[in-house]
Amino acid sequence: MIFPRIQHGNKVSVTLLMFLIVLLSMTMTSQLSAQVDTFQFETEEQQKRFRKLSNELRCPMCQNTNLSGSTGGVAEDLRREVHRMITQGMSDKDIEQFMFERYGDFIFYKPRLTAETVLLWFGPLIFLLIGGAIGFGIWRRAKVVNTVDVSLDKKQQEHLRQLLDNQQ
Amino acid sequence: MNRLKFFIPVIGFVALVILFWRGLYLDPKTLPSMLIDKPMPAFQTATVNGPVLSNDDLPKQIFLLNIWGSYCLPCLIEHPTLMRLTEEGDIPVIGVNYRDREDLAIDWLEENGNPFQFSILDESGRFGIDLGVYGAPETYLVDENGVIRFRHVSVLDETVWQRDFLPAIAELRNETGQPQ
Repeated sequence: MIFPRIQHGNKVSVTLLMFLIVLLSMTMTSQLSAQVDTFQFETEEQQKRFRKLSNELRCPMCQNTNLSGSTGGVAEDLRREVHRMITQGMSDKDIEQFMFERYGDFIFYKPRLTAETVLLWFGPLIFLLIGGAIGFGIWRRAKVVNTVDVSLDKKQQEHLRQLLDNQQ
Repeated sequence: MNRLKFFIPVIGFVALVILFWRGLYLDPKTLPSMLIDKPMPAFQTATVNGPVLSNDDLPKQIFLLNIWGSYCLPCLIEHPTLMRLTEEGDIPVIGVNYRDREDLAIDWLEENGNPFQFSILDESGRFGIDLGVYGAPETYLVDENGVIRFRHVSVLDETVWQRDFLPAIAELRNETGQPQ
C-alpha cells in the first residue's frame, strides 16, 4: 500500500488520505450493520433470496430498519423464520404472505398494490399530473400574451413621432 | 366561476393542513393488528412452571392475553393493573412469556406476584410471530370463542383500561347478551 506523504501545503495527498479514511470507515460500518450471514444455506440462490427478503422486509419493532440491519429481538426471530421457510422450499410469495398475515402491509418496504395502498403508489403521479396541468395552463396563457399584436398602426406612429419631435 | 377558481388552492391547502395535522398525532409505533376478528393461533406448549397446555385450556369467556417478559420494564408498570383484574376475578388474564428464560420468569413472578392463570412459554418468540407481536408488553382481548377482538400495544395502565378496554368489553358483552 502506498501512503501519501503529507507535507505542509500538499493538499492533494491530504485530500487523498481523508478520502481513504472515509472510505475505510464506510466499509467498516457496512460490515457492522449486516446481521445476515449467520445462516447456512444449501445453494447460492437460497442465500441470495434470503438477502433480498431480509433487505425488503421491515423490522416491525425498530420501524426504520430492514430485517437485515436490525438488532431487535423480533427481527432476529423473523430472520430465523425466513431462513426456515427458504430451506423448507417455500417461494418468496409464500414467505411474503406469511409475513403479511401476521404484520400487515407495514412489514413491506415495498407495499403491495391494493385498494388501500393505491394512493401511496400513485399519489405522487397524481400530484405530478396536477402540477403539470397547472404549469401547462400558465405556459399557454403566457404564450397568448406574447403573441398579442402590440405594433402601432400608421395613425398612432404619426402621433408618436409628433410627440417625440415636440419634446426635442 | 372565477371566484371558485380562486378558492380551489385555498381548499387544497386546508385539506393538506388537516391531513398533516392529524398525521402529527398518529403514533407510528403502534401498528394495527392483523389478527383482529381472527381466532387465536394454535399452541401446544409448556407453561411457566406448569404443564403442557393448548387452546382447549383457554378460558371459555372473555379474557386478556398479556405478552410479558422478566426483562421488560414497562411490564412492571402495568403489573398492578393485571394484579387488580385477577383479584377482582371478572376477566381472566393469560400470559405469554415472550423471548424470556423460564427460570428468570419464575423468579419474576415470585418477586412481583403472578396475575396469570398460566403463562405460555415462548422462549423462541415463535408463538409471538403467529400473534404478530413485536415487543412486550402487548395485550389482546379475546372473546369466549377464542377470537381476538382488540389489541393494545405497550403499557396497559388504569387510564388505558378505562378508555379502551372497558368499552370494548362492554361491546362484546352486548353482542352475546351477557350481564355487564
